[in-house]
Amino acid sequence: MTREENKHCLLEVDDVVKEFALRGGFSRSGQIVHAVSGVSFTLDEGETLALVGESGCGKSTMGRLVLRLIEPTRGAVRFEGRDLASMGEPDLRAVRRRMQIIFQDPYASLDPRMTIYKIIAEPLLTHKTHKTRIETEFRVRELMSRVGLRGDQMNRYPHQFSGGQRQRIGIARALALNPKLIVCDEPVSALDVSIQAQILNLLCDLQDELGLAYLFISHDLGVVRHISDRVCVMFLGRLCEIGPTEEIFSSPLHPYTKFLLEAVPKPDPHMRKGKKALLAGEMPSPVNPPPGCAFHTRCPQSEDICKRLAPGMKSFGPRQAACHFTQ
Amino acid sequence: MNPNDSQTLLIKNLSTHFFTGKGVAAAVDDVTLSIPRKSIVGVVGESGCGKSVTALSVLRLVSRPGRIVSGSVMLDGEELLGKSPGEMRQIRGNKISMIFQEPMTSLNPVYTVGRQVMEAMRIHGNTSETEARDRAVEMFSAVGIPEPEHRLRSFPHQLSGGLRQRVMIAMAMVCRPRLMIADEPTTALDVTIEAQILNLMKELEEKFDTSIMMITHNMGVVAEICDYVYVMYAGRIMEQADIFELFDNTKHPYTLGLLGSIPRYGGVRRRLYNIKGMVPSLLDLPKGCRFSPRCEQATPECESREPELYDAGAGHYVRCFLHANANRGEKQ
Amino acid sequence: MTDSNNITASAIDRDESVASQLALMLRRNRVAAFSLITIAFITLATIAAPLYVPYDPNTPSLKERFAPPSAAHWIGCDDLGRDQLVRLIYGARISILIGLIPTSLSMIMGTGLGLIAGYVGGRTDFWIMRGADVVLAFPSLLLAMVVSYTLGGGIVSIFIALSVVSWAQTARVIRAQAMSLKEKEFVEAARSIGVKGGVIMIRHILPNCVPNLIVLFTLNIPGAILNESSLSFLGVGAAPPSTSWGLMIYRYKTYLMSYPWLAIAPGVAILIFVLAFNFLGDGVRDALDPYMKD
Repeated sequence: MTREENKHCLLEVDDVVKEFALRGGFSRSGQIVHAVSGVSFTLDEGETLALVGESGCGKSTMGRLVLRLIEPTRGAVRFEGRDLASMGEPDLRAVRRRMQIIFQDPYASLDPRMTIYKIIAEPLLTHKTHKTRIETEFRVRELMSRVGLRGDQMNRYPHQFSGGQRQRIGIARALALNPKLIVCDEPVSALDVSIQAQILNLLCDLQDELGLAYLFISHDLGVVRHISDRVCVMFLGRLCEIGPTEEIFSSPLHPYTKFLLEAVPKPDPHMRKGKKALLAGEMPSPVNPPPGCAFHTRCPQSEDICKRLAPGMKSFGPRQAACHFTQ
Repeated sequence: MNPNDSQTLLIKNLSTHFFTGKGVAAAVDDVTLSIPRKSIVGVVGESGCGKSVTALSVLRLVSRPGRIVSGSVMLDGEELLGKSPGEMRQIRGNKISMIFQEPMTSLNPVYTVGRQVMEAMRIHGNTSETEARDRAVEMFSAVGIPEPEHRLRSFPHQLSGGLRQRVMIAMAMVCRPRLMIADEPTTALDVTIEAQILNLMKELEEKFDTSIMMITHNMGVVAEICDYVYVMYAGRIMEQADIFELFDNTKHPYTLGLLGSIPRYGGVRRRLYNIKGMVPSLLDLPKGCRFSPRCEQATPECESREPELYDAGAGHYVRCFLHANANRGEKQ
Repeated sequence: MTDSNNITASAIDRDESVASQLALMLRRNRVAAFSLITIAFITLATIAAPLYVPYDPNTPSLKERFAPPSAAHWIGCDDLGRDQLVRLIYGARISILIGLIPTSLSMIMGTGLGLIAGYVGGRTDFWIMRGADVVLAFPSLLLAMVVSYTLGGGIVSIFIALSVVSWAQTARVIRAQAMSLKEKEFVEAARSIGVKGGVIMIRHILPNCVPNLIVLFTLNIPGAILNESSLSFLGVGAAPPSTSWGLMIYRYKTYLMSYPWLAIAPGVAILIFVLAFNFLGDGVRDALDPYMKD
């Protein structure tokens, strides 16, 4: 997949902020979790953009904000040029047909009391896309074979399938309404490697055939490098760096990205080279993010300015990074 | 003296079966495995391949309906399978310790971590309260927990995932075990924390003369810290070799498939190699080689007869007819 | 369910409706089937009572006071010489109605409110649960009396009174269940498809509450039967000379040492009735549980 220049921008995330109020025992404790703090990015049609970062960096929250499963505190999410926040229920319902989600846990994401037919048909019935039951069933069979399941299994229940098959069921449900965008929230991290490869290949094939755009949320950098066109690196609710995958992996600009790439265990014993540069310390709390650059408490390059001033995103050709010292 | 003196752990022809209502599942089938002194040995495979059951068999912690049906497990030349439950309790946590994937569920939420570490010590030695405390502090700083004195008084939920795993390791190391079994110790952790923990385990192995049995599904983790590797599939060892030999000179089609399905860190390829089909049920194993239904190079022979572990030289053994040529003539 | 690999046969035709799943369960589960027959038998027997009973339930007969069990009176006579078995059969009318109708009403009410409170959350949840707290904080009998008295007594007012006092427990259980199910990814998936909140509650959350509901239902029936007796005793329930099982236990417990059959008979009747519901409930729960279908 090479990126063409004049592809249409499908999704635009503009300075989105999401804060959750922490609830104490009896009343609001007044503490606020800064889950996402001022994130902006765009996603073109047919493109794969990965959101990477460690747990608590806000990547999953970001995915749900994009689908408006949760409401942003500030900022705008525009899908095909229209702001989701300003939409009423009927408009939103129509937009929902065009953006879908695949979840991490193939056990929690399927209703255990529904048959596979009912699970995959639910989006079709909700949006009344087919007039008769025969047509609906035909479409379900088509979707099942598209993701590599046998149509005669449609009366079984989710627990009768393996993890990989259940993930395929989730993908079939997401494809049912011919979406333009699929948010993939860690879709392969619960699977064994060989099954993971099958699912990744399936996602790639589907993208080529159907022109889907993926917002691919993952902590696995190997998977991200394999599947995505561009990458956003997040740390504590903020963007560190965004740019084309190969450039980020071959020459990261932000110090956090460097540490992250360094830390990944590589499946090649010859790449063990003495001691790795390890990131010291722990993730700061999103309740009390450090002032200035959120990364400064762990950053070896940190200087005075980092403690006082949060760096803005600076452009470097097709890439952007948020660090005072990036040249 | 025992000829296996240099081996910390020696497992010979171990079989652990689960006797379920639907039949007998051979979760571990005739496994022979050794862990030399001062080494980190990896046991890799996908879920259900028997790697965790092997570890539990070493500790004799397999619970019903599972049972060790045959074989031998020797720790420093001492047979463990004949030991009484009381003797086993003295060995667990003392000579062999274990750390698990999910540190939160392995720690008791109502006691401070200090108390739990000290308890591990006091069960196995007649250490006094102050001595136990001193050693706990010492071990906490050895595993890189900042402010060890202060952290002893923390409850598990007050610690981050990385710190909890360090506490688990401190607890496992506090009695200076001969062998530490680590069952997916970094799977639940973020990459930067994972790197810290792997680094720590390597340091400890060198510092305390403890061998480590590393159970994982992650080839990256194996490549990062292991010296020797066993690849398991459906209860059997399929391939075993020195770490460099295994990666440079991979022989078994299953291992090749496993390595091929990893999204490569190097160049981008659009399609990943994938092993077709699924792991077979242990209750319904294919005839012949267990991997044959999924193997692209399977021959009729593979489907009728199970290959043995053939010696491919340089400490490399492969359970595959493709690599049997060298030794087959002698055997027939 | 895994027998057929016939792809040409329409899958939908083989799709099992709730009714056919239950029918299948009754054929396989002897205990549940027997329980259903027992419940049906007791119900029919009490409806058809005037057609076959040899004695009037309410006519006293002084010379037969406290008559022990005999061929004429199978389980003896009560303190006024009325046949105990006949009274038991007639008493079943009120008890079964009291056992089933208020329990069902209160559970429908509690389930609805609990689902809304748990799924919608926020202020709605706050007010529904404060309402539940008020109901639970009142002595339930007193509250039932007040409601029943205000509505002017009689059977309908008892139904309403007993429903009002017992919806809160159901609401609490279902609310907790709904809150945890709401966080599940399959609910999020439904939302992302654009399924409306009300539909999600009915299609995804309610079916996953079925096991809890069945347990609550079988637990609530005996409570309702016994509560009715207390109300009757206080003059707002079944009015003498008509009777109910609960009222019989209540009245005859004083004779437990001297004429034990008087209190034991209605006790056993309640036990059989409740047990039958219990076993039937277990059967229904299993029949609707997809995990039982391997």
